[in-house]
This record gives sequence, structure tokens and C-alpha cells, in this order.
Amino acid sequence: MFWIAWKMLIGNRAKYLGIVFGVVFAALLIAQQASIFCGLMSLTVSQIRDVQGPSIWVMDENVQFVDDIKPLSDTELFRVKGVQGVDWAVRFYKGIARARLEEGSYEQMILLGLDDATLVGAPEGVFMGSIADLRKPDAVIIDDAGYKRIWPGEPFRLGRVFEMNDHRAVVVGITKASRTFQSFPILYTRYSQAVTFAPPERKVLSFVLANPQPGLAPEEVCHRIEAQTGLQAVTRDQFLRKTIIYYLQKTGIPINFGITVFLGFLVGTAIAGQTFYLFTVENIRQFGALKAMGTSNWMILLMVLSQALHVGLVGYGVGVGLAALFGWWSRSMTRLSFFMPWQVLAITAAAVFVIVLVASVLSIRKVLVLDPAVVFRG
Amino acid sequence: MKPAMPAPTTFDDIGAEEMAIRVRGVTKEFGSGDSMTRALRGVDLDVPYGELLMLVGPSGCGKTTLVSIIAGTLEPSAGDVSVLGKDLVTMTNGRKVCFRRENVGFIFQSYNLLPSLTAVENAAVPLLIAGWRRSAAVAAAADVLGRLGLGDRLTNLPSELSGGQQQRVAIARALVHEPRLLVCDEPTSALDAENGRITMELIQKIAVQPDRAVIVVTHDSRAYSFADRIAAMEDGRIESVASGPHHLAAPAPHSPDHP
Repeated sequence: MFWIAWKMLIGNRAKYLGIVFGVVFAALLIAQQASIFCGLMSLTVSQIRDVQGPSIWVMDENVQFVDDIKPLSDTELFRVKGVQGVDWAVRFYKGIARARLEEGSYEQMILLGLDDATLVGAPEGVFMGSIADLRKPDAVIIDDAGYKRIWPGEPFRLGRVFEMNDHRAVVVGITKASRTFQSFPILYTRYSQAVTFAPPERKVLSFVLANPQPGLAPEEVCHRIEAQTGLQAVTRDQFLRKTIIYYLQKTGIPINFGITVFLGFLVGTAIAGQTFYLFTVENIRQFGALKAMGTSNWMILLMVLSQALHVGLVGYGVGVGLAALFGWWSRSMTRLSFFMPWQVLAITAAAVFVIVLVASVLSIRKVLVLDPAVVFRG
Repeated sequence: MKPAMPAPTTFDDIGAEEMAIRVRGVTKEFGSGDSMTRALRGVDLDVPYGELLMLVGPSGCGKTTLVSIIAGTLEPSAGDVSVLGKDLVTMTNGRKVCFRRENVGFIFQSYNLLPSLTAVENAAVPLLIAGWRRSAAVAAAADVLGRLGLGDRLTNLPSELSGGQQQRVAIARALVHEPRLLVCDEPTSALDAENGRITMELIQKIAVQPDRAVIVVTHDSRAYSFADRIAAMEDGRIESVASGPHHLAAPAPHSPDHP
């Protein structure tokens, strides 16, 4: 009987494609918008992810997310180092600097200052020059996207010079780096160099990066740091979550994307529901004949549900496939952030399931109350 | 061609155990209050096994309502209905569905073939409803279609068949599961004279068997010659029951719109 239901469904090409289109539209919009949202959220934490090595971030107690810099006194580094259980701790500068380029134009840049001795937090994707070159005077490493932004159309070249805060900076390396929320070029340099590039402030230490001694849980050491220094100490994962939650709660981003996703859900439900209902009405005599011939209401219900599920599966597959295609295209051709984790696929699947369920409810009611004697009426 | 049993003309000529259909005092009302319509007004009818009974009468006289009740697709408002020895009035809906699946074959005026199924797939539908495997159901349906002269049209869609061929597919569908009661609603009304005659011949030849009964609702006077008996209905009642050939000679008992 499911085979008959399937043949009935695909037999009417126009209606079939209409229903599938509704589901595809909804799945595409939900998956695409949710993936762009996830992409944006991943941008907000890209700089935390890129700092490999330390598992503990220490900062001012009022810091809410990674870009919410509240500078510390340099002496805080030694207080953190003094906490029992801390294996090592280093300085980390993060700020925005204004660069004056060779031709006189200005460009804002994200400036990251790494510990002079250890260079903890250095980028891992250096493909031109080397990290060791950061020890040279005025040295900076720039990310490739930033290089293309400030010198568009020009080939990668080391030795380029620009100024920040009246100090000379020389490009000694080019690296791959994750894109940031602000999309500014990213500059890596030594901490002592960074504070000369940055606007003058009394306090300049953004974060202390630390690692627990072997055998100690980072969470436990965080508690100790907070208890002894009064600073805020979080693990890397906690800092990721904290930053994302900040953007979710304090910005309109989730609402904007949520509205689009909801509209996609509504429009998809309306198109699929209306077309599916029309399809059922059009086939009402066939359903009546099946009931007259001895098909039970239960089987009719399963037939309609199987039709709805078929449409849902096809629509979901095509919709998510198109969304993934869009993501692939946007990654290779544009700067649009796109990240499709399995959760997006699961949420889209759940939404599509609800859509086909809602779409089939009216149709199910129609065929269940259908009097089989309808087939005897002319 | 027809069974040897002589055509009875009164209900009392045959014992109840020999009746495929026994209807007593059946009424059917639609709606309520001022908008109530009384479709049947105390109908009595007996159809013995091996008989082809035709229900004739003007539009709105209650033929379709009566045949729907006999087929178990409609509940009577009052009265008793026994079909193939089963009391349909007290039967639950679930049992009625099983009863129709196992015992009743349907031929509809507008064929009601599934447009996206081929001829053989359409004919196999009752077997699929009964739970047969598709390959076995299609093989059995192909056999029946072959007997009806459609062996070379098995894979055609209904839209690729003529009206007469579609009705033969519908006949195959009605007979493929060998039901003991065949209910035909205007089986020839959409067909030309030749196809109508062929259709009735096929119904008479294949469906009328000593252990079966056939009930045909029709307006088509050309089909009367195939009837064992003809029950004429008017205004929700059976006005007369006569054997087929005699009825043809009798004055028309129906309203002016009767053919």
C-alpha cells in the first residue's frame, strides 16, 4: 500500500514538485540562515581558538567576551604565576591599532602581542617567513586575508613597511588565520613591540595566558586563581561559551536570523501544506475507492503520512544540499561566514518533520472522515 | 451463460439461507430538522446467490443509497441488512472494512482507477489491500486482465486506454480477489453501445456464479436483458420486482427521465 501511496504522490508531477518545492524552500532557508548564524558566532571566538597552547585565560573580572578588553596592570602576571598549581603564565596583548600605510592611507588592525620569550599564542599557519623572525626589530606577521585587504591585487611580499603610533612595522611573515568578527587585518608581534604600536595607556596587559601543572584540572586552577587574585580565570572552552553567550544575549544577531528562519518555516509550511491538501482533495475519489475496497482508516493514515515523509525526506535532502552548495560557493567566492555543524542539520530535519506533519494534518483529517460511499456519487 | 436457477419474482419463493442479500424495512435519512431528506422509506429486498439483480429508477430515487448500504459503505437509519449471511447493521466499522475487503467487488460509474498506476497495477489493488506481495498480486491481476482481453494493455496507464478498456480494468479489479458480492454502479453509462454490451457480457459471464451475487445500478435500458431480475425504485421505495425479460415487455414503471 505504501507503494500505491508513493505512485499516487509522484503520479501528479506538478503537485509533487509543488509540495517538494515548499519543503526545499524551508529547508534551504533554515539550514542556510542557521549556518550563516553559526558562521558568525564562530567568528566571534576565532581568536580564542587560534591561540593554541594555554588552557586558561585570566582577565579583569568584568570582561564579558574576548573583545571586551579591560587592561590589567603588568604586575598581575606575577600574581597569577604565584598561584599554586599554575605551571606557567605569560602576557598577551589584544587591541585595535591604526596603521598608516605607505601611500598615506589608514587602516585599523587587530594587534596581538605575544610573550617575548615564548611567543605563546603565535599563529600556526605561517606560510611565508617564520615565527622566529618576530624577534627582529619592528617585526610583525600579518594574516593573508588582511594582506589582501590592505594591498589588494598585490602578490605576497615580505619586508613591506607601515607605521603604527609613529612606530615602524615591518612584515616578516604571512600566515593563515581564522577570520574575525570585525574582519580587520590581524597583526602578530611581540608583547614589548605591541605596547609601542598601541595607543598609550597606563595599563596594557589584556590577558594572562596560563597552563595548569600536569595532573591538575584547568577548572580547579581557575578557581584558585580567582580566589587568590580576584581576577577572572576561565578555561578556553568556558571563554568560548562566554563569548558566544554574550553575542546571543546582548546583540540582535540571533533575533534577526531567528526571524528569517521562522519566516522560512512559515512559508515552507504554507506552501507544502496548501499543495499537499490540494493534492489530497484532488485524489479524494481515489482514497474513497480504496476505502470502499476495504482499506482501513489506519492504513489510509499511514499512506498519507508516508507521502508526507517522502516529500519531507526529498525536500530536506535537496534543501540541505543546496544550502551546503551555497556554503561551499560562499566560502570560495565571498567573505561570507558559513558553518554547518551537525546541530544545524538536526534542527533543519526537525523543522522539516514538523512542516510535513502540519502539512499532512489537514489532509489526514480529510481522508479519515471521508465517506467511502462518495465513490457511488457521480 | 446464466445459472440454471429460475428467476424468482417474490421474496417468499426462496429461503433466507439461500439469500446473498436480505434487506428488511431499511430507511435512510440525511440531515435533520427542516433540511432532512429521506432517501429510503422502508425498503425490502432479497437477492439469492447466483443472481444478477438490476436496480433501476429515476435519479434521486434511492438506488445509490441502497446499494451503498448493501455494500457496507453507508449505515442505514433503520432496518435490517444481511449480506452473505452477515448482519451489517450490528457489524462494527472495522469488521465492515474487513468484510468489504474480503467479500465485495466494486465497479464504479467513473471507473475510479488510480491514474498513476498501470492497468495491471490497478487491477491488483484489492490484492495489495489484502496484503498480497506485489509480484504475486500483479501476476494474478495480469491473468484476470488476460481473460478480459487486455493482455496486451497491462502496462498502459488509464489515460492511455479507451473508456471500454478502462471499464474492463475496473471489472478485473472488482473480480481479482474473487468476491462473493459484486456491486456495479452505472457500469455502462459512460460507454458506447458496443462497449456497454461487452461490459455487461463480461460481468454476466465471469461474475455471475452459483455462490455469488451481482447487483447492478443502472439507467441504461440496453443492459436490462442481462438481468435475472429488475427491481424498480421510486421515491425511496422498491415499486416492483420482475424477471428481466418480462420487465422489458412491461410498461415502464418510472418517471419520465427513465430511459
